[in-house]
Amino acid sequence: MAKRQNIMNKFTIQSSLLTATILLTGCSSLGVQPWERDLLAKKEMALTASPIDAALDDHIYFSKEASSGGKSFGGGGCGCN
Amino acid sequence: MQLNKRPTDKQNQKLDLKSVLTLATTVLLGTTHAVNADEPSTKDNWSFDSAFLYYGEGDRVTAAEGIIAASKTFNDDKRLNLKLTIDALTGASANGAVAQPNVQTFTRPSGNGQFQVAAGEVPLDDTFKDTRVQFNAQWTQPIAPDYTASVGAHISKEYDYLSLGVNGNLAVDFNQKNSTFSVGMSYFLDTFEPEGGIPNPFTSVGTNFNDDDDDDYKSRQLADDDEYQGTRLTDSDDKTTIDLMLGFTQVINRRMITQFNYSYSMVDGYLTDPFKILSVVNQAGLTQDYLYEKRPDKRQKQSLYAQAKYHFDSTVLDLSYRYMWDDWKINSHTIDSRLRIPLSSNSYIEPHFRYYQQAAADFYQPFLQQADPLPKFASADYRIGEMNAYTAGIKYGMTLQGGNELSFRLEYYSQRPTSAGHQEPGVLADMEIYQGVDAIIAQVSYSF
Repeated sequence: MAKRQNIMNKFTIQSSLLTATILLTGCSSLGVQPWERDLLAKKEMALTASPIDAALDDHIYFSKEASSGGKSFGGGGCGCN
Repeated sequence: MQLNKRPTDKQNQKLDLKSVLTLATTVLLGTTHAVNADEPSTKDNWSFDSAFLYYGEGDRVTAAEGIIAASKTFNDDKRLNLKLTIDALTGASANGAVAQPNVQTFTRPSGNGQFQVAAGEVPLDDTFKDTRVQFNAQWTQPIAPDYTASVGAHISKEYDYLSLGVNGNLAVDFNQKNSTFSVGMSYFLDTFEPEGGIPNPFTSVGTNFNDDDDDDYKSRQLADDDEYQGTRLTDSDDKTTIDLMLGFTQVINRRMITQFNYSYSMVDGYLTDPFKILSVVNQAGLTQDYLYEKRPDKRQKQSLYAQAKYHFDSTVLDLSYRYMWDDWKINSHTIDSRLRIPLSSNSYIEPHFRYYQQAAADFYQPFLQQADPLPKFASADYRIGEMNAYTAGIKYGMTLQGGNELSFRLEYYSQRPTSAGHQEPGVLADMEIYQGVDAIIAQVSYSF
């Protein structure tokens, strides 16, 4: 039984490693060279292009809905919910 | 001639505003880099973002919020961000009770006085009023090649609420900085001290604590009344929030970048809303009593978030999706999209659309039935009920001479609570149980 479990564990580890390798290999073929970052370097291409708008929106939706965070921390902060 | 052009008065004014703020920031920080006219490079290192927002729900809540954020990049890519937020809230919010075919009288949450709600109207408590001041500081710096660390602190204070928080984040770049893996954690300690104290959950709110009939009911000081004090537990209570976040950012190609986050959040402590109540109705749907609500003292939330940004020839699309679920059995889907369309070399418009759908907490119920045994937990707060919400808006931004940016944002937010299948006995069938909320959001932002 223990031997079977060991084989299963080994199989799980091997498949996890394989998945991770495929993902990393996949990611390494994605992306750009440093001299191809002209568009990505623009302010409007930042993941949070307007932090002020994001902060104000988070406050509104935190106080009106039951979900928060996801993009950034959605912890405490105000007694509005 | 152009080189010798003297700055106009207007330009001087702009410089002065920035100089004053820079001086204020450096004095507050105790740094020695005071503003010096001979060191324009030092002065230019600070940049400021400011915004004023108005939020109005018509006959319900109105809020005004102002933000000023200062940031400075030091040598070696070390970065300091400081943010001050001030907001003021006023107006009426639903207290959880259901509408009735007759006038209803409620005790104010503070215990001081009562208010009446007309027949057929959803009960709103109009004593909602608060001012909040919040300060955030965040320090970010590279700690080794491809490793960036960030630590921050948060303090927020309002009349009856104090929130203290710290956070830390570590990001690792690899694959020629095309991939970034990050791990973050934050801890919050919130203390709630509502006026009149923390109500004892599921005790009757009552309306006739003070037997002195000579008093005008509006001026009764129930906080001194023994019977009223029997409904109170303590003066204050607190909760802690621990957030963990794993993030992965991937550049896809020259035009596209993506982000994926997993968040886990554990909230522990006082999660009940001391201002919310439930109607107890009989088989005819008529209210017999009002009880203070009761929520569990723990909540575990998790969420998955995915975002993609795509640069077309000139427009930029920002698309994101979030799935959130928790052990209160709430789950939600959020889709957010923005499209930034340039109008000229220095102006743009940005339409925004957001859709939100939420399933109710398992203990949410719009009212309690007299014939049923009291549940373990119950809340009639529509914000943890079933709902759909939509936001549609537009932003117009322009770059001014000297590189300063000015933008205007106008949005419409509509919340539509829906029935999660609760049967409405008797008169409640003719009452509006799930009332929508419509809000206007207007914002002006200026970066300099």
